[in-house]
Amino acid sequence: MGSIQLVNVRKEFGGVKVINGVDLKIEDGSFTVFVGPSGCGKSTLLRLIAGLEDVSSGQVLIDGLDMTKVGPAKRGLAMVFQSYALYPHMSVRGNIAFALKMAKQPADVIEQKVRKAAGILNLTDYLDRKPRQLSGGQRQRVAIGRAIVREPKAFLFDEPLSNLDAALRVQMRLEIGDLHQKLKTTMIYVTHDQVEAMTMADRIVVLEKGEVAQVGSPLELYNKPNGLFVARFIGSPTMNLVTGPSATRRGATTLGVRPEHVDLSTTAGEWPAQVLHAEHLGSDTFLYAQAEGVGALTIRLAGEASLRAGDRIFVTPQESRIHLFDEQGKAKAQ
Amino acid sequence: MALKQTAGKRIAMTAAAWLVGFLIFFPILWTFLTSFKSELDAFSIPPKFLFFHWTAENYFEVQSRSNYLLFAYNSIVLSVGANVVALLIAVPAAWSMAFAPTKRTKDLLMWMLSTKMMPGVGVLVPIYLLFRDLHLLDNRLGIGFVLMMLNLPILIWMLYTYFKEIPVDILEAARMDGASLVNEIIYVLTPMAIPGIASTMLLAIILSWNEAFWTLNLTTSNAAPLTAFIASYSAPEGLFWAKLSAASTLAIAPILILGWFSQKQLVRGLTFGAVK
Repeated sequence: MGSIQLVNVRKEFGGVKVINGVDLKIEDGSFTVFVGPSGCGKSTLLRLIAGLEDVSSGQVLIDGLDMTKVGPAKRGLAMVFQSYALYPHMSVRGNIAFALKMAKQPADVIEQKVRKAAGILNLTDYLDRKPRQLSGGQRQRVAIGRAIVREPKAFLFDEPLSNLDAALRVQMRLEIGDLHQKLKTTMIYVTHDQVEAMTMADRIVVLEKGEVAQVGSPLELYNKPNGLFVARFIGSPTMNLVTGPSATRRGATTLGVRPEHVDLSTTAGEWPAQVLHAEHLGSDTFLYAQAEGVGALTIRLAGEASLRAGDRIFVTPQESRIHLFDEQGKAKAQ
Repeated sequence: MALKQTAGKRIAMTAAAWLVGFLIFFPILWTFLTSFKSELDAFSIPPKFLFFHWTAENYFEVQSRSNYLLFAYNSIVLSVGANVVALLIAVPAAWSMAFAPTKRTKDLLMWMLSTKMMPGVGVLVPIYLLFRDLHLLDNRLGIGFVLMMLNLPILIWMLYTYFKEIPVDILEAARMDGASLVNEIIYVLTPMAIPGIASTMLLAIILSWNEAFWTLNLTTSNAAPLTAFIASYSAPEGLFWAKLSAASTLAIAPILILGWFSQKQLVRGLTFGAVK
């Protein structure tokens, strides 16, 4: 079991409001990602759940029990830190076994559990090494191993992959995903990388300035952002946002359309534009264009396209994929 | 630039370093040499450097006149004992200041340091009277307590700066792993801080070993450490340089040897590879 509920949680640091009343329910066994730009409070929210910070007001419930005043050691959660935070003076075995030793488990049980975790994470050959003798990816695995052996109610990940290089990050992303499939334990994962959020999450919680902007599955956020903030944050390249006649004609202040949801023509269309820059990736072609009276547009075409800088094009948003926002930046019902 | 050092520059730098080292070491060397001279050679002018009649008679004389081993025993017990107790107080204190600071922590640290700014003689009379009434004069417990109190601010300050270097993530990881506060300090913080704790302890022991003001004023024989042993050779009938030097050499030898052997231990860093 590992359901977590936040009830009107607030956190201030010396008068600065970091978390402004968050209500959130995280289902047992789900993979939830907290995502948002830096300073949105996502790491603080995770630390409040962990108990490493005390809430200023509100409640943290774990499996329905009020854990607001309970210390991190007694909450039954495990955390993987951005810096790995391995114990430098202990071997890999010592690192993984530490929580079990603290729980006063018998030595043979500890050894068995450590071996099992090491097996899952391909660390069996490294059990007697010190953290400084391991590569970044291996250290990250040790940090995960340390979390696994505790059989926690939930795993908390605080930007665990941001110190790894791009290739390793993709690999570890898959490994963490696999781990979730195997263990079926609740996981909460903090990242500022929306690609990580989209690829890993069952449910994404987008945070803006200490408040929940939107909660939903990756595709819900992609298809139905509830406001400009989420519309800008989710999706890469970012959504085209257009103000002016095109928006007002459709009864909105801002019109949004994703780069992949426009039709392109060389003869006629809604927005005449000029290609400023073309990126040919083979699988996709990205066009960066300037449209008269509309502004900069990003267009994504599947496969190869023969367009290049200086070409004249006509861009038409696909009517069914248009997002409309009112003057407050909220999505309009369509 | 440091990278483009020529051989000549390197030789000059090495020679300069040796010269400075020699200047600092010279008083100890001179004391050592004097301890093997006769009293007459000891204050001869011009001074005799190496070519004198070497004799170990001062050492025998010193040993026959006073019990070196009792003084040495007191020095060891007092400097080690007082600082072990101080360490037990300083580690939790430095932990709370480094990892759970409040608005007043900086003030508290300054206040503790400020106690070191007052000359000890300013409180000699009240402490002497207190010690007399409590029957702590010439008592190891009494002088040990004073030595502990003297070093406590230094220990807390030094440990505080070492602890500040330790990534707080690692302590938080221990908390998440279910470690209680005591276990966190014993199994995670202390092993990581061992180089810092070792160098702090060495310095503190040296300070206590050399502490003369309080040891001379509050002890006479039973609890007197080596400082009193040296001072006893500055007698009313005159200074006996050679015997004084022999006593000094005997007094500094143990701490010099301790420092010599522990220097490697002190500079070894343990935290590399923990973070990132």
